[in-house]
Amino acid sequence: MITLTHYLVLSALLFALGLYAALSRRNAVAMLMGIELMLNAANINLVAFNKYAAPGAIQGQIFALIVITLAACEAAVGLALILAAYRRFETTYVDDLNLMKW
Amino acid sequence: MIGEAVAFYVLAAITLASGVVVATSPNLMHSAIALVPTLLGVTGIYILLNAEFVAGIQVLIYAGGITVLILFVIMLTEGGTGLRVRQRNEQVAIAAAVSAAVAALFIALAGRTPWAQGAGTLPSYTPGAIGQNFLGPNLLLFEGTSVVLLVTLVGAILIARKEAGE
Repeated sequence: MITLTHYLVLSALLFALGLYAALSRRNAVAMLMGIELMLNAANINLVAFNKYAAPGAIQGQIFALIVITLAACEAAVGLALILAAYRRFETTYVDDLNLMKW
Repeated sequence: MIGEAVAFYVLAAITLASGVVVATSPNLMHSAIALVPTLLGVTGIYILLNAEFVAGIQVLIYAGGITVLILFVIMLTEGGTGLRVRQRNEQVAIAAAVSAAVAALFIALAGRTPWAQGAGTLPSYTPGAIGQNFLGPNLLLFEGTSVVLLVTLVGAILIARKEAGE
């Protein structure tokens, strides 16, 4: 029998993986992938709570859809920033990007 | 019920195994490609949770859109896999400790909290209910997200375009 706790444990493990990637990677694109993993973990929680804790409402799925939309926005702007930084500094490794203005 | 358990464990294994590749692979291309099974595993979890519409959107936007965008940027910037460059910073030990602590905390909390069982049932056809809800009680949220999307579109073009002097 799969309960709410199973989904919460899966989401916690996925969140930890994303956090590890975001903290330990040098490449900005790889850090962005870690952030996407964390957002997915949050979405699993939202949809699972929708089914188990408030099945009468649809609010959890609505929030998950909003989070997916905003994650797409974040990826688009983040990758545009990485491209712009690469043009200027010729690197995407965040420990080499230590200037606010050239 | 046993089928649900098997499906959950298989999907969780796919998600976490490819998530490990995303988080740790020294080859950037492998990381980006492994993002696809991770996101598809999460899609299966959504279907298990009776959220078919969210699952469809997840495939369209995440597995279809964001992954391709990430692959494009890797190929536009590194010109390859990044295998010759060190991919981890000096904080690997701290990052692993913090992540493990966060995971242990969340799992302990999820196990100890007595979650209330809510009343009611999910609608059998969620896309219709989601549409009604978006244009009804959540209209402000819907319109706000549209504005954010427009601002993102303009902002991303503005940031990524070549400047005139270059």
